[in-house]
Amino acid sequence: MTVETFSSVTDLAARLEAGEFSSEELTRHYLKRAHSFTGLNAFITIDEDRALSEAEAADALRARGEATRVTGIPIAHKDVFCTKGLLTTCGSKMLGNWVAPYDATVVARLGSAGVVTLGKANMDEFAMGSSNENSHFGAVANPWETDRVPGGSSGGSASLVAAGLAPAATGTDTGGSIRQPAAFCGLTGMKPTYGRVSRYGMVAFASSLDQGGLFAHTAADIALLLPYMAGFDPKDSTSSPTTDDWLDACRREPLAPAEGLTIGLPKEYFDGLGVPAAAVDAARRALESAGFRFREVSLPHTAAAIPAYYIIAGAEASTNLSRYDGVRFGHRCGNPESLDDLYERSRSEGFGTEVKRRILTGTYALSVGYFDAYYLKAQKIRRLIQEDFLAAFADVDLLLTPTTPNVAFEHGAHADDPVTMYQQDIFTVPASLSGLPAVSVPCGFHEGLPLGMQLIGPHFAEQNVLRTAEAYQRLTGWHLEHPEGF
Amino acid sequence: MSDIDIRHLTALAQLKLSEVEAEAVAGDLARIIDMVDQMQAMDTEGVRPLAHPLDTAARLRPDEVTEIVDRDLYQAGAPETEDGLYLVPRVVE
Amino acid sequence: MQWEAVIGLEVHVQLATKSKIFSGAATAFGAEPNTQACPVDLGLPGVLPVLNEEVVRMAVTFGLAIGAEINPYSVFDRKNYFYPDLPKGYQISQFADPIVGRGHLTIQLEGQPPRRVEITRAHLEEDAGKSLHEAFAGKTGIDLNRAGTPLLEVVSEPDLRSAAEAAAYFRQMHSLVRHLKICDGNLAEGSMRCDANVSVRPRGQTELGERTEIKNVNSFRFLELAINYEIERQIHILDAGGRVERDTRLYDAERNETRSMRSKELSNDYRYFPDPDLLPVHLDEAFIESVRRELPELPGEKQARYQSEFGLSDYDAGFLTQDPDLAGYYEAVAASAGDAKLAANWVMGELSAALNRADLTPDACPLPAASLGTLIRRIQDGTISGKIAKGLFEKLWSAGVDGQTPDVDAIIESEGLTQVSDTGEIAAIIDEIVAANPAQVEQFKTGKEKVLGFFVGQVMKATQGKANPQMVNELLREALARQD
Repeated sequence: MTVETFSSVTDLAARLEAGEFSSEELTRHYLKRAHSFTGLNAFITIDEDRALSEAEAADALRARGEATRVTGIPIAHKDVFCTKGLLTTCGSKMLGNWVAPYDATVVARLGSAGVVTLGKANMDEFAMGSSNENSHFGAVANPWETDRVPGGSSGGSASLVAAGLAPAATGTDTGGSIRQPAAFCGLTGMKPTYGRVSRYGMVAFASSLDQGGLFAHTAADIALLLPYMAGFDPKDSTSSPTTDDWLDACRREPLAPAEGLTIGLPKEYFDGLGVPAAAVDAARRALESAGFRFREVSLPHTAAAIPAYYIIAGAEASTNLSRYDGVRFGHRCGNPESLDDLYERSRSEGFGTEVKRRILTGTYALSVGYFDAYYLKAQKIRRLIQEDFLAAFADVDLLLTPTTPNVAFEHGAHADDPVTMYQQDIFTVPASLSGLPAVSVPCGFHEGLPLGMQLIGPHFAEQNVLRTAEAYQRLTGWHLEHPEGF
Repeated sequence: MSDIDIRHLTALAQLKLSEVEAEAVAGDLARIIDMVDQMQAMDTEGVRPLAHPLDTAARLRPDEVTEIVDRDLYQAGAPETEDGLYLVPRVVE
Repeated sequence: MQWEAVIGLEVHVQLATKSKIFSGAATAFGAEPNTQACPVDLGLPGVLPVLNEEVVRMAVTFGLAIGAEINPYSVFDRKNYFYPDLPKGYQISQFADPIVGRGHLTIQLEGQPPRRVEITRAHLEEDAGKSLHEAFAGKTGIDLNRAGTPLLEVVSEPDLRSAAEAAAYFRQMHSLVRHLKICDGNLAEGSMRCDANVSVRPRGQTELGERTEIKNVNSFRFLELAINYEIERQIHILDAGGRVERDTRLYDAERNETRSMRSKELSNDYRYFPDPDLLPVHLDEAFIESVRRELPELPGEKQARYQSEFGLSDYDAGFLTQDPDLAGYYEAVAASAGDAKLAANWVMGELSAALNRADLTPDACPLPAASLGTLIRRIQDGTISGKIAKGLFEKLWSAGVDGQTPDVDAIIESEGLTQVSDTGEIAAIIDEIVAANPAQVEQFKTGKEKVLGFFVGQVMKATQGKANPQMVNELLREALARQD
């Protein structure tokens, strides 16, 4: 059996279907790679026995003629998704020993389609971070340059797919946590519309922003996996009952490229844009040559997105993380003297610095006397930002922006400066606040490091977002570039 | 606006910070709040707050018992239990 | 100084759903610890709440029954605080936009005109678990079975002026929610719990005094005792020139006193904000109307109907309509007996006493309403005497307790309980008795009317209580008049 290091899911699926190799063989291949490149620190948990037994089950499914198009494909799950019987740490000491007693809907759905779980990917603690330096299990390396960060918070997922340790991985995106690491690692990464993918069993960071999504090498791969992961879930009140014939068709047909759409270029994203400007401009020209039309649009409230985001996400996180109290699960301090002592020490020992910072920011924003000035103000700005997008989408089908202001930075570059770190999310946060689907697509390099561009669509317009990415990936080869040494 | 009472916040959040940590975190918070205060310049008069990106109504669930409770499984990860109860230091009421 | 008490109540009504407010776990009472707490109730990482539609329907039912505005748009908020029986570190409740707005409830104390008590709001929330302090040395045990049980918290205006009024309000609320079938009303199991805000002020002063809150009272009597104690305590402090401290207190029934819970020094900064896991509840007119059409007859309406339809007094109608099961039982008895007033007397008298003695609620009454109805009919048609009827009632009750449903007429027949209404037979017995008691005859003749009772007793004894008492009276007077 020969498997190319950076095989696409689409390719592997076809070869599994053709019987070129079994899922068990393929799974062994990736397990071996995962064990060979532990220096990236991309996995928190690799469960070989579980992966192999799932692979056998996938092969049996195929033998019975019940395989889906993704049956037997091994992937990694971000360690924010609950996996029954398997460690689910969220990158935190707080859950360092916690074995989830149930499967997240995403895990259950992919599993029942025959997708194999290789293990759990490293991440910023409780998905809070833009560099994956906030993990209790250590920082993750970027395969393109290992002294660089892979981005965050889904840094482990991005790193391991970029290094060919799995053909795809799940991630979650609250303010850019899929798109930014996808850009930093030269991958295609998608955050679907808020409500498209169930949040049940996805450990919450900021409930009104969190959305599960995928990393892969191509838009076509994402379109192949997404229907087996997305869809209405009665266990999640915020899950959308929207059905989508196109998404359903992705189970059967390859992704067709979009044609002739009108794409907006929000001027606020390009004002003074440095490193990515040339690459995004080249992408525009490529798409233009294929018949896409471009037009400048304005999203005037963009500058307020980062402040509003850090208030809303902090507020929601501050109370989402109150359940970690050392009583029913998770870390408990030694010999608590009193209830308050139990709470204070368990939480202070269990949470890392960034998590504490966000809890306190959120507590501040919600506390008496500050609620109106911060939380409520942020929610009003959130509406203004969403209205900006809705107005723009009256004129254009999609928006094209850079994904990040720069390429992956070095470990430790912003370690002492949370505010500068937060600014890294400037281009991804507005779509999160608005609940819009967005994909980051590789669009070039700067000093040997990948750059990403972002396509944002209206609510539930994943079809146009992915099909435009597909059109672009048929025109260019940036997504076929891979780091060396793997 | 950045008049941060770090002791009040840590008490509300049940976090215990050393003097050094508290000072560092208070400094970080002050910078974060300064950054966030850019919002204050924006006119939001008459704007309805948006709590949720899809801005739709709740979907309700039928009143049915659907959960089978496996106490042993759920308590497997609990720090301290006895006779099916979770234990904490004695709470005086 | 003349003091006036000002009281407002928060009544927590546990809604009688099968499953919890935000999870599919059962709500049944009394299960083994933590066997009815599913991952959502435990607040495990990753779980999410989904609202139970029945809870919404019940809240709207209640709102319509108290004439309240139903908010077309209501929001669930998080109330943030740490406590071991609160698994998520926040309680899902409604703060700024409750489902039920302003309404009212009418109470009536005996001998006083009805009084309307304003209700500020009613909102939905989840219950917490239970802390058990006694079982383990130095430890508190946490049982989360109750966590997530749906509660409707009904908040009154500070309109109540005495402990008796507060108890009447609590009783009336109890009656209402049972009529509406939204709560089982089981106070002992905590299905209704009450917090009382109590303050006193000089009579005539409009501004309120500093208040204390008495937490978690689940008995009408204890509520009255607790509030009375608290009023006295506050007056005592004020009379001595002191100041009432804002405080949260618990009522200790054994000592009949309230005492401070040593409330947490942390201010009540609950940081309410809309729960991002839940979307706002939108209720349209059509839904509200459909609930309105399903509303049962309310206790007040029923009370008025009993007065007009059955000719009962205000008090009797009020007594019978307090409990919907008792009211239903009464109506069945009345229909079967054909005499609503006599039926009321029996249900309020013998039957209620028997239920009390057996510590039974009306829904568990062992005596079928039709049996009691037949018994009453037999009094009416003169078949049995009232005295015999009381004995027969006991018999029927015991049979019922043993699970039997005896035929009332057959017992009357087989035990020979039929009233003797044969003039000749009674007259003969009277003649014998009059002849045998000349001394008493003399007394009667000298005007001692009381002696008549002696003769009646003798006749009854001779007939084993079966003589028609009215007839005995008439014939005795005739017989005595003949003795010259």
